[in-house]
Amino acid sequence: MESGFGSDFGGGGGGKLDPGVIMEQVKVQIAVANAQELLQRMTDKCFRKCIGKPGGALDNSEQKCIAMCMDRYMDSWNTVSRAYNSRLQRERANM
Amino acid sequence: MDAPSAAGLGGADPQLQRFIEVETQKQRFQQLVHQMTELCWEKCMDKPGPKLDSRAETCFVNCVERFIDTSQFILNRLEQTQKSKSAFSESLSD
Repeated sequence: MESGFGSDFGGGGGGKLDPGVIMEQVKVQIAVANAQELLQRMTDKCFRKCIGKPGGALDNSEQKCIAMCMDRYMDSWNTVSRAYNSRLQRERANM
Repeated sequence: MDAPSAAGLGGADPQLQRFIEVETQKQRFQQLVHQMTELCWEKCMDKPGPKLDSRAETCFVNCVERFIDTSQFILNRLEQTQKSKSAFSESLSD
């Protein structure tokens, strides 16, 4: 059961890696990757919506627009996630 | 559940293997949500207002449904054309 996974990754020394620790680390890395993905797409979308002609500074109305855009992007993300999930449920029920 | 997996983790802890399968599945879901949100945002979002109105919300739901329909349609049609092609070449070689 405790076969070579730890030694494959541990680079010798005989110390076994705890699967629980690996799972925690993987979870954190996945969460970071997802946050980065969201941040990148949100920045792209809201820049397009809110910055007409880039001026000397982010003015007040642009900041307001970006704040609103971020909130709506999150709403959209959640709506899409819910819609996709319910579609999957329906297809599973029809199998 | 203990079936050998093709993940190339032959000797790995079954608990870890299961974990990786579940997380991979979850990640596929998330990735598609990112992709569809971006796509449907272009189609459904005019000007971000103080809340997501019901018209936009309906548009997003329809957008997701039609995107999946499109993906399935394309998959089916490719399968069909592959089938008829190979049936055709088989009948030719007979």
